[in-house]
Amino acid sequence: MRGAKSATWVAGAIVVALGATACGGNSGSKSDEAGFIRANWGDPQNPLEPANTNEVLGGKVLDMIFSNLKEYDAKTGEAKNASAESIESKDAQNFTIKIKKGLKFSNGEAITSKSFVDAWNYAALATNAQKNAYFFADIEGYDKTSPAEGKPTEKTLSGLKIVDDHTFTVKLNKKFSTWPIRLGYKAFAPLPTQFFKDHEAYLKKPVGNGPYAIEEYKKGTQMKLVPNKYYSGDHKAKNKGVLLRVFTDSNAAYVALQSGQLDIDDDIPAEQIKNAKTDLKGNYFTQPAGIYQGVTFPFYKKEWTKPGMEKVRKGLSMAIDRKSITEKIYNGTRTPMTDLSSPVLGDANGYDKNICGDVCTYNPTEAKKLIEEGGGIPGGKMTISYNADKDSHKQWADAACNSINKVLGDDKACVGNPVGTFGDFRNQITKGEMNGPFRAGWQMDYPHIENFLTPLFATGASSNDGKWSNKEFDDLMKQAAAEPDIKKATDLYKQAEKVVLKDVVNIPLFYQNGTVGWSEKVSGVKLNPFSVPVFSDISVKD
Amino acid sequence: MGRYVLRRLLQMVPVFIGTTFLIFVMVYAIGDPIAAMFGDRTPDPATAAQIRESLHLNDPLWSQYLQYMAGIFQGDFGTSFNGTPVTELMGTAFPNTIKLTLVAFVIELVVGVSLGVVAGMRRGRLADTGVLIFTLLVISIPTFVMGYVLQYFIGIKLAWTAPAVSIDVNMDELLLPGIVLAGVSLAYVSRLTRTSIAENMRSDYIRTATAKGLPRRRVVSIHLLRNSLIPVVTFLGTDIGGLMAGAVVTERIFNIQGVGYQLYQGISRQNSPTVVGFVTILVVVFLLANLLVDLLYAVLDPRIRYA
Repeated sequence: MRGAKSATWVAGAIVVALGATACGGNSGSKSDEAGFIRANWGDPQNPLEPANTNEVLGGKVLDMIFSNLKEYDAKTGEAKNASAESIESKDAQNFTIKIKKGLKFSNGEAITSKSFVDAWNYAALATNAQKNAYFFADIEGYDKTSPAEGKPTEKTLSGLKIVDDHTFTVKLNKKFSTWPIRLGYKAFAPLPTQFFKDHEAYLKKPVGNGPYAIEEYKKGTQMKLVPNKYYSGDHKAKNKGVLLRVFTDSNAAYVALQSGQLDIDDDIPAEQIKNAKTDLKGNYFTQPAGIYQGVTFPFYKKEWTKPGMEKVRKGLSMAIDRKSITEKIYNGTRTPMTDLSSPVLGDANGYDKNICGDVCTYNPTEAKKLIEEGGGIPGGKMTISYNADKDSHKQWADAACNSINKVLGDDKACVGNPVGTFGDFRNQITKGEMNGPFRAGWQMDYPHIENFLTPLFATGASSNDGKWSNKEFDDLMKQAAAEPDIKKATDLYKQAEKVVLKDVVNIPLFYQNGTVGWSEKVSGVKLNPFSVPVFSDISVKD
Repeated sequence: MGRYVLRRLLQMVPVFIGTTFLIFVMVYAIGDPIAAMFGDRTPDPATAAQIRESLHLNDPLWSQYLQYMAGIFQGDFGTSFNGTPVTELMGTAFPNTIKLTLVAFVIELVVGVSLGVVAGMRRGRLADTGVLIFTLLVISIPTFVMGYVLQYFIGIKLAWTAPAVSIDVNMDELLLPGIVLAGVSLAYVSRLTRTSIAENMRSDYIRTATAKGLPRRRVVSIHLLRNSLIPVVTFLGTDIGGLMAGAVVTERIFNIQGVGYQLYQGISRQNSPTVVGFVTILVVVFLLANLLVDLLYAVLDPRIRYA
């Protein structure tokens, strides 16, 4: 019976192995979760430091655990004082910031002007390699802490001065009236002393001053957030806490939502949108986000800038049938663009639904006429380049080309040009190697039109990928920045936007929409201007 | 045997160096990871230069490779771009994948061999045709289709099991993903067993055993199975590595944060330390599994000798 004996051994080994791997689980039993919101999350791309987080997953956490000087209203996008008592300036260049008294971090440490100044100096110092460092480029002394070449010569920004425990001043290197609006952006968050003293420990369990505090962070699987008992702002949590769960895939999260394993899902896969309303029994909505997709032109190539090409560029924009693309391909999860910012800004921050006018309106006959008048597409053929590795850009790029081809009556006039990876795509753009139009998406950092214009269109700006340069535009931007009255400044920015649209630097295509679905267990779900659920306002039924 | 093992081990060295270097070159060839880190925005030159320097991206490729390998032999697989050491990622990812692989392996072994035995002993009859059709079906349906379909019907519609695996990765939740992952290999195992059994059924030693008047159960389990399973064991051995690598698709569908998920994320974010680190470990798993099979071969069948 030798065979039978070894078979028993094998079976025994399997049982032992199964048993050994099976135990050690079961820690997250159901009763622990009562009153908590279980939400879809993914692994953040960067360490969770405010000035080092430039994507949504890390941003979601920072939104919950930090309360900045300003915060943005979920409905109107307006920037209101949060931790700031007042932010004042007489000349749009020197700002005096007073912070509220009695504020504390979630570990009990008091928040003083030092908490802000130290954090900002850390962010601006090149050797700390913070990805949002450029946000501090407007503060005097940034060229010393982050010189374009060579090592930093200063460790701190000369433009920052502590006056007393609750007051500090900021000197910018040029006039910039709407600068305070960006202070709601997470890069400007205050940091506790632990961040500087024991950085490793901080990264394992970041400490902030927002409505929530991190109780437990299991990297790659889950983060448990509970209400911050020291928080004194307007957004006290209406629930026992939030469990941010890492999902491998948006589809996996969606099935978990359907089966009641998940409560909040703000990343519903595009192919499920059609069914989402019925699948989720109406617990679903979509609204435009501060993200758009457009196409820009290589202004460093002669054939795209010679006289007459402005007509061709306008014609191309008018040849794209945005409405049917958003409806047929995206099931209404994208909205045709009517300006160069986003509806989340609200009228007060510069959104204007009429500003794009005929440039954004599909008009095949006029489009064909304009393209022909301007001398036609250079060489009779063009491509729209995009990165093929994520966010399914292929669909719209092909559809836009199709629309152009139909208008021109030429099957081969426009084709999509996939570039393998995002890294390679960005590489080609920064090196100025694009031969034809290419994808130029934008995701806002803070809800104001200035953030949609300066980085993208100012001469030599960091994301001016087409390397467009226009004096009229630059002058208007300078005027706007120097205008102390924010309302007037916003109007000047809108005038500058008109210059961009007139020259058709960018073919505006669609605003991306935020989507959210929720389970029957929760209520009061809304999205903030960044399309992140406002967790503190969600209530949980037991 | 001792000399054979030593030679096999030595052979693994160039294979290991070759594969890891190729992976290294490929990952670094797909574009600038720094450009991708900053989204649709050109990085601040000072910050970019700093990150480039800290990741040794300015050094020539061979030097980067040497530094990387030197690190690996000290147990340092580098740090993923989000600041987590790659070894820590491995620590959470590998147990999950091993669990899943184990479940799939057991299913593959039990179901695959049983189907094969049934089909092989009833060659040409209804059961054999049934198994043939079943295995053909399983092989021809892509894993992701099978995954989504089973997840939808069994997980959501019938609600027999949770469609997405929870963070604890409990064994009962792994049954469905295990079946999906085992699918294709299971079909191969049963085809392989069937052929082998059918062939040995007609062999002399089976006829002798039957003629001796041994009970049928004994003839099948001791004489027939033991000899017929040699090629199957070979396949199963090498398949362990395949299962681990093949989990990329299954893990994403069923929300298992294992090797496949980390690899997928590493690639989509151009996170080279993660990708190279995980693939290196997978290469080692493959090599060891192959070695093990070669050694097992000699143990199972003494006629096979190594010079």
